[in-house]
Amino acid sequence: MAAKKTFEYAPAPESRAIVDLKSSYGLFINGEFTDGSGSTFKTINPASEEVLAEVAEATTADVDKAVRAARTAFTRVWSKMPGSERAKYLYRIARIMAERSREFAVLESLDNGKPIRESRDVDIPLVSQWFFYYAGWADKLGYALPGNGHSGANPQPLGVAGQIIPWNFPLMMLAWKIAPALAAGNTVVLKPAETTPLTALLFAEVCQQADLPPGVVNIVTGAGATGQAIVEHADVNKIAFTGSTAVGKAIARSVAGTDKKVTLELGGKAANIVFDDAPIDQAVEGIVNGIFFNQGHVCCAGSRLLVQESVYDDVIERLKRRMTTLRVGDPLDKNTDIGAINSAEQLARIKKLTAVGDAEGAERWSPPCDLPSNGFWFAPTIFTGVTQAHRIAREEIFGPVLSVLTFRTPAEAVEKANNTPYGLSAGVWTEKGSRILSVASQLRAGVVWANTFNKFDPSSPFGGYKESGYGREGGRHGLEAYLSADPAAAERPPGRRTKGAHR
Amino acid sequence: MSRIDVRKTYKLFIGGAFPRSESGRTYDVTDSKDTFLANAAKASRKDSRDAVIAARKAFGGWSTRTPYNRGQILYRVAEVLEGRRDQFVSEVRASEGLTARQANAVVEAAVDRWVWYAGWADKLAQVVGNANPVSGPFFNLSSPEPTGVVAIAAPQDSSLLGLVSVIAPAIVSGNTVVVVSSYERPLPAINLSEVLATSDLPGGVVNILTGDIAEIGPWLASHMDVNAFDLAGVDDVELAKELEVGSAGNLKRVVRPTATDWTADPGLSRLTPFLETKTVWHPIGV
Amino acid sequence: MLRQTLDGLPGVDQVGVEARAATLGTRSIKTTSKQWAIDLAISMVDLTTLEGADTPGKVRALANKAMRPDPTDPTCPSAAAVCVYPDMVKIAKETLGDSGVNVASVAAAFPSGRASLDVKIADVRDAVEAGADEIDMVIDRGAFLTGKYDQVYEQIVAIKEACVRADGSHAHLKVIFETGELGTYDNVRKASWLAMLAGADFIKTSTGKIQPAATMPVTLVMLEAVRDFRDSHGRQVGVKPAGGIRASKDAIKYLVMVKETVGEDWLDPAWFRFGASSLLNDLLLQRQKMLTGHYSGPDYVTLD
Repeated sequence: MAAKKTFEYAPAPESRAIVDLKSSYGLFINGEFTDGSGSTFKTINPASEEVLAEVAEATTADVDKAVRAARTAFTRVWSKMPGSERAKYLYRIARIMAERSREFAVLESLDNGKPIRESRDVDIPLVSQWFFYYAGWADKLGYALPGNGHSGANPQPLGVAGQIIPWNFPLMMLAWKIAPALAAGNTVVLKPAETTPLTALLFAEVCQQADLPPGVVNIVTGAGATGQAIVEHADVNKIAFTGSTAVGKAIARSVAGTDKKVTLELGGKAANIVFDDAPIDQAVEGIVNGIFFNQGHVCCAGSRLLVQESVYDDVIERLKRRMTTLRVGDPLDKNTDIGAINSAEQLARIKKLTAVGDAEGAERWSPPCDLPSNGFWFAPTIFTGVTQAHRIAREEIFGPVLSVLTFRTPAEAVEKANNTPYGLSAGVWTEKGSRILSVASQLRAGVVWANTFNKFDPSSPFGGYKESGYGREGGRHGLEAYLSADPAAAERPPGRRTKGAHR
Repeated sequence: MSRIDVRKTYKLFIGGAFPRSESGRTYDVTDSKDTFLANAAKASRKDSRDAVIAARKAFGGWSTRTPYNRGQILYRVAEVLEGRRDQFVSEVRASEGLTARQANAVVEAAVDRWVWYAGWADKLAQVVGNANPVSGPFFNLSSPEPTGVVAIAAPQDSSLLGLVSVIAPAIVSGNTVVVVSSYERPLPAINLSEVLATSDLPGGVVNILTGDIAEIGPWLASHMDVNAFDLAGVDDVELAKELEVGSAGNLKRVVRPTATDWTADPGLSRLTPFLETKTVWHPIGV
Repeated sequence: MLRQTLDGLPGVDQVGVEARAATLGTRSIKTTSKQWAIDLAISMVDLTTLEGADTPGKVRALANKAMRPDPTDPTCPSAAAVCVYPDMVKIAKETLGDSGVNVASVAAAFPSGRASLDVKIADVRDAVEAGADEIDMVIDRGAFLTGKYDQVYEQIVAIKEACVRADGSHAHLKVIFETGELGTYDNVRKASWLAMLAGADFIKTSTGKIQPAATMPVTLVMLEAVRDFRDSHGRQVGVKPAGGIRASKDAIKYLVMVKETVGEDWLDPAWFRFGASSLLNDLLLQRQKMLTGHYSGPDYVTLD
């Protein structure tokens, strides 16, 4: 019999060899890669701080070029193409993404820092599925708007969509934006986040492999200035933005007085509510998944645990015990549960806010963790003794940090859950069906997960109330943002206000 | 001397396999100019009985797959169909007496029709289902579910486009089917069976019997384990009435035959007849 | 009373527990960890034959296999036990001698459990007197499914009594739930607590005679139960998944699940067993591959 020793897991690295990393990338405009007219910047691997590649910073002139390409492609090719043909391009993209899934998963983990298990098992499969789902809508748009059934009046695309996506789920956010836009007949100019441009640039290759007509998809890399140039461009009909609430507000101000339609998917401070009759072991998994999945870099993260006071001790004990089996480390190791923090800036923000938590008297706890010396790392952390009057209960930390609050009754849970300017998501854990439905109906959040958390599906609408943004992505509702019942919508120059226009 | 080709045998398609008719019968299939093409199996009532058993067996698994999975499988069928277009073009040409250009158009339309239906799998529930605002503290949701085993009389004339237009809508929502092909133009149906058999479609989801609807139809109509009957290919008015009467024995959902332009957009017309609506209530309270 | 206790246990969400088991199954165990895990798994096997056609010859062969799974490699560990019907215990015991491999006997009207309590107790006593080190009893599923938890409890207590030998020592009692008949994870949790409260030394998933037998999610629920029981009652109880585990890959997944659910205290044949027959040869094939670097084949493991 083997002598009793610790069951250590040996390193189980996913090979990087599958990715063909170039040393530098240009912009993808009108179906080909082209140099930007401005400066370049570097993108690094946050787990090691190794430079991965040099990327172009698109200038206002570059953005203009991209929008022109999108407009031309829209007018001459894409808006004229029957939906069934558009569908086939999207199906091709879905299939190619499935074929090249491992390559994309590795690249995503390198550029973003998230564990390969998550990019392989969650992010990339959802990308392929998102394109597959929306491909099927392209030729069924008559059923998409309220008033289902073939109304005879086919809704029209809006024209050119400017899309700005964040760094937390780079490729998945790209799919959430591009798939419905193209299915509805729009063309796009998309800017990936400055710390995670690489999978978007690789996606451009897939567009080429699928023979997508040039100009239908344009990828311009850059930072805040590039994003601003897209938002302010006079010939963009629609803006879709996922990112911070602060920038979302700036965009809303910027498009005021124009005809531009906007959807915003912003921050959150979701309550994960655990009742005394929750299926306790699965609830603990749900809490862990809710805040430590993707290093907590999730807008809909369950960052406030609201636990019924009568089961507080039991839940916290089980939660801490469960946290001791979380493995923090190399994102490319298949056994890693928690990867690197995406950037130095984000790590600084997390440290700052957790220090505030300490200062305000909350009690911090993390399991013992060996954090690597290179790269950006933060141990999974919980703060107990938190109340609504703590900053760490109100402000989005966007890291693997859970604030734990208590409640006594369902009414109190609902009240506390809603007591926030945000309203993106919430979790409810109880075995009682009527309570699930009662609480869900009162929560002011766009997504309610009952006895589960962080579940996404292309057919399921996702989006927030209040300062978490407006509009929905996914499902039939996700198409509405890219369609207009007015046939003349795409013809009108969006930069100028007309009577009766609304968002 | 030119090479002698290896000619295909055309058998039935039941439970994912290709058996001959248990009756041992075949019949001559000719092209539009009466030239002999092949012997096709002539399905008997026992074959239809076996096909229903296979369809029922496959229903539990097929109907409980995720809609996304069914959509992917149907899309794969379209991929394989597209890959075999030349074979289908020549077979449709021969069967229906079309020009090359016409046959091409038919095959393209058939593939596109299949792709269109594949895309419905994960959207039907959103278009025909909904929450209901009942006047009480209840959560109330209506969702579509597949009805079960659907018998289908495939169109007599449109041997490929009409054929896919009756099969795809029934199975995309989770039903399993027993299809009686066109009597005089059965060969594209058996070709299609070969495509289905190699496309990850589980055996028994689609079963295709070549034969005479006048002979087998009444047995399917009276079969108590068949839930619906699409009479698209029943051209004879008396027979159609007889089959509708027979179907009343277990209240099958029946789609009567009408003159149909198979090239036109079918809308939901062949999706909804084979759906049941399940409405669930649950109280809302602490 | 017992019913209220058991009904008051927290529920198990099916989707959640199955997802957790699946995620645990994605752990990638390589090189030295894999070697260690394979050897540990071998040492945890209860090598089993429970056929109507069992004979002394068959049992003798099995017992030798359990002592020397790989006759060409003395570094290969022995199995934990052989598992046989009561009337085969004597021959197994004679063959195994003082090798350290235990004899486990199924008992209590295995596999159905459908007999009077007196008959079940006689069955158990036979096996204990024949020299069984361990008794694998089945619970009365009919009584369980009609909510007669007190009856099921009393039967276990009585059978535990029947495990006591003349010298005061007792055969270790494993209680088999036949989880495939219990239908829900909630029932598996209740059965676990019931058996542990009644004094079980081990709780076991299945007889191996019906499908489904052992599964990862069912075993996960049982591991959570033994963990919680030790926390609240201070007594450690073992877990044995049985039936349907054929591949080394799966055995290793179970060991990962043990480690991450209850911790390393259970990573020992005294607290975790695999009820299996063909698994052993697959473990040996994997062991050979780890040692030699190339894939092995069925000619290089013994068939007994």
